[in-house]
Amino acid sequence: MQHLRQARRTMSSTTKLYLFHGGLRLDGHKQISNQSPIATCKPQNRYVIPVQQHIGAAGDIIVEKGQRVLKGQMLATTKILISAPIHSPVSGTVIEIGKHAVPHPSGMETDCIIIENDFQDEWIRRNPVAENYHQMNSHDLRNIVRNAGIVGLGGAVFPAAIKQTETNIRTLILNGVECEPYITCDDKLMQERAREIISGADIIGHIIKARECIVAIEDNKPEAIAAIQAAIDEDSTGFFHLQIIPTKYPSGSEKQLIKIITGKEVPINGLPADIDLLCHNVGTAYAIHQAVFKDEPLISRVVSITGNGVKQPQNMEVPIGTYIADCVTQCGGYNDNASCMIMGGPMMGYSIHSDHLPVVKATNCLLVTSNNEIHPANTEAHLPCIRCAKCVEVCPAKLLPQQLYWYASTNNFERASEYHLFDCIECGCCSYVCPSQIPLVQYYRSAKSKIWELEADLKKSNAARKRHEARQFRLEQQKREREERLRQKREMLNTKKGRPEENEINLKKAAIAEALARVKQKKETQAITPKNTDNLTAEQLRQIKEADQRRQAMKKKNHE
Amino acid sequence: MLFRKASSPFISAQASVHTIMYQVLYALIPGTLAAIYFFGWGVLINLAITAIICLFSEALVLKLRNRPIKVSLKDGSALITACLLALALPPLVPWWLTVIASIFAIVIAKQLYGGLGFNLFNPAMVGYIVVMISFPREMTYWTAPLGAVDHWLSFSDTFSVIFYGALPDQSSIDSITMATPMDTLKTQIGLENDITSTRHHKVYGTLFSNISGKGWQWINLLFLLGGLWMIKMKVIDWRIPVSFLLSLLLISNFFSVSDYATYPSALFHLFSGGTMLCAFFIATDPVSASTTPRGRWIYGAGIGVLVYTIRTWGGYPDGIAFAIILMNMAVPLLDYYTQPKTYGKADTE
Repeated sequence: MQHLRQARRTMSSTTKLYLFHGGLRLDGHKQISNQSPIATCKPQNRYVIPVQQHIGAAGDIIVEKGQRVLKGQMLATTKILISAPIHSPVSGTVIEIGKHAVPHPSGMETDCIIIENDFQDEWIRRNPVAENYHQMNSHDLRNIVRNAGIVGLGGAVFPAAIKQTETNIRTLILNGVECEPYITCDDKLMQERAREIISGADIIGHIIKARECIVAIEDNKPEAIAAIQAAIDEDSTGFFHLQIIPTKYPSGSEKQLIKIITGKEVPINGLPADIDLLCHNVGTAYAIHQAVFKDEPLISRVVSITGNGVKQPQNMEVPIGTYIADCVTQCGGYNDNASCMIMGGPMMGYSIHSDHLPVVKATNCLLVTSNNEIHPANTEAHLPCIRCAKCVEVCPAKLLPQQLYWYASTNNFERASEYHLFDCIECGCCSYVCPSQIPLVQYYRSAKSKIWELEADLKKSNAARKRHEARQFRLEQQKREREERLRQKREMLNTKKGRPEENEINLKKAAIAEALARVKQKKETQAITPKNTDNLTAEQLRQIKEADQRRQAMKKKNHE
Repeated sequence: MLFRKASSPFISAQASVHTIMYQVLYALIPGTLAAIYFFGWGVLINLAITAIICLFSEALVLKLRNRPIKVSLKDGSALITACLLALALPPLVPWWLTVIASIFAIVIAKQLYGGLGFNLFNPAMVGYIVVMISFPREMTYWTAPLGAVDHWLSFSDTFSVIFYGALPDQSSIDSITMATPMDTLKTQIGLENDITSTRHHKVYGTLFSNISGKGWQWINLLFLLGGLWMIKMKVIDWRIPVSFLLSLLLISNFFSVSDYATYPSALFHLFSGGTMLCAFFIATDPVSASTTPRGRWIYGAGIGVLVYTIRTWGGYPDGIAFAIILMNMAVPLLDYYTQPKTYGKADTE
């Protein structure tokens, strides 16, 4: 029976592949960094650990300045669902808690915990569950993953445990595609630690109760393929199969990979779980193995330090919080022609202005380019779009980049949204092929953030208006109540006097006074000008006007 | 250490508009040489006039608009417009007509809309239509192709016809010009002579050869070859030429099969007039054509139908220019309603 199942699975591993729309065949430049084994980063004096290194909320810091911490000790924790704790990469002393520059496109500073190494390498007490995980339930295993601070190491750094809350998902896809040029950290990890990766994937499979796991690797990594195949053969449960896919950018993007393997598309605004799939990066699987078998939280990762700007490009296992400068020093330092430092790959990474920044969980690659190695599009002087639609041919999201550019560059955000601006995954294929050298992705990014800004502004002004209206209503009510009390008092007085005619006159007078008050009050309400309408852009004024019209239309409808 | 900041992607294919435009110009060479071979000095003189005027007026407007002149002149787009215009105009049109067409194409149709990338209409076709509507008589000054006559009109004669309107001794304009095969067929069919008798007519018969018209078939064939090379080099998208030629073939074949005496064959339509020039060089102008895959199918097919309609039932000998401009108008609509389903939409709808 087992044999039969296995045979069927082997058969299904040779199923046909599907094509996703567009994509590019790029020069890999992988050999720059994948010629030597993964090196270990020497211990440094100081580590800077940003509190937020993941998608979601930052954790609460649970250590104090001056406190001694052990290697693997939790520094910040969280009760919020989409968040992840962080841990100390070394034993030592917390010497500072405060703002420090972190790798970010804007070069911003965030809360960081700075630890001075005492070089004792003293671990916290560890209690690995190891093989016992087979007997554990999903919930408890998930907690181990969560407490180890494990996030998606492919670059998205989404907390891994959240992805695993769905169970009974049919297929787990292990992403070892690594389609961006230059990056080889997953390649090397698969070559050297295939068994641990497969073991980690088995743990994930156990958590989500998957029935099969497909390991996808691009065909430009024969050594990784061989290593993973060997590990799969050793496993012999028939749970795993290897899927070799053609080398094409961006096959490693989750949505595109799912399309290649299953032929299905993740529904818009949906998750892979909606089509019975879950994707994890091989690095994430390795980290989960370490957490379960060694009780080691995520305190280091493999980083490709590559590019022609570095003397000895290589992959290195770097403790989270190590200064980028320290890593590069260990790679022999910079070449004289080093010009640009990119975190991530050359297609989707972002350039950082300084190397005095820590390596974070998202740092899969530090690409130091020489001057002639890169050709970023020039924002100031590019030729106009000639609508050649080469971008349409390569867009993996099946968008019309040239139309998006037209509307994004003229701030016509409504139209840009209509042309599905928010489906853009910013893979950079369109910019890559553009004969006019237009930095298309930059236009889309800026349009997206402007739209978010506008939406936030609108929300704010709506909230202000609501507050204002509520206050108005409250004041009116108080006035009414006061008048009511006055009237009752007067009535009481009049009845006491017992002079009916006068009483009647008084009543009439009171009614007139009340009516006058109402009129006055109405005038006041109408005279009140809405707040926060100064210095609004034409676009915002238009949106407010639209909202007013909608409100009036609603009122009318309600009246009818 | 501090680094230079830039935005992703940091690498590019290093393609350029310049390369694309010059590849189009290279692909035009064989067909242009054939046109010169069959129709003589007039084509060359037209080419010289359009090139000079197009480049000059482009430079002038760019200067007025305070735009960089050199970059735009070097991109080759004005030169393409000049070539297309010269190939569309009859070889003996007066010089001022060529000048008007060139200025109109570049200044009005291209630069006033915002220059390269912003023109809604194909500039060369706008220039052509202006002179076609304004000076219909001059627009019939086609010479008979080599093969129908045994030598070119001499350079000095051609020069004086074009620049001074002076005809060679003892000749009238009718004796040195001749209608195109397509025009001839149209007139003759209008006079209720059928195709076979026209093809064997003692005067007009010399214009025809076994596929379409003498000279015209070779010119068209060479433009076809240039076009195929451009598709191979990925300079143009294959959808527009294929759908245009296919629709023209189907519709002309339908009518020709139903009544071969009054409707010329599909082959005649495909290899006559500006068909191949239109299919690969005019309809594929990226700026004024549809950009979506489905839109391009419709765009090409629409041009095919319009070309056939105007050729067969319209008032003009060839319908390319009008068909192109009419479909140019439809492009924003086509692009809007033929958006591809983005990733993730296919399964939900």
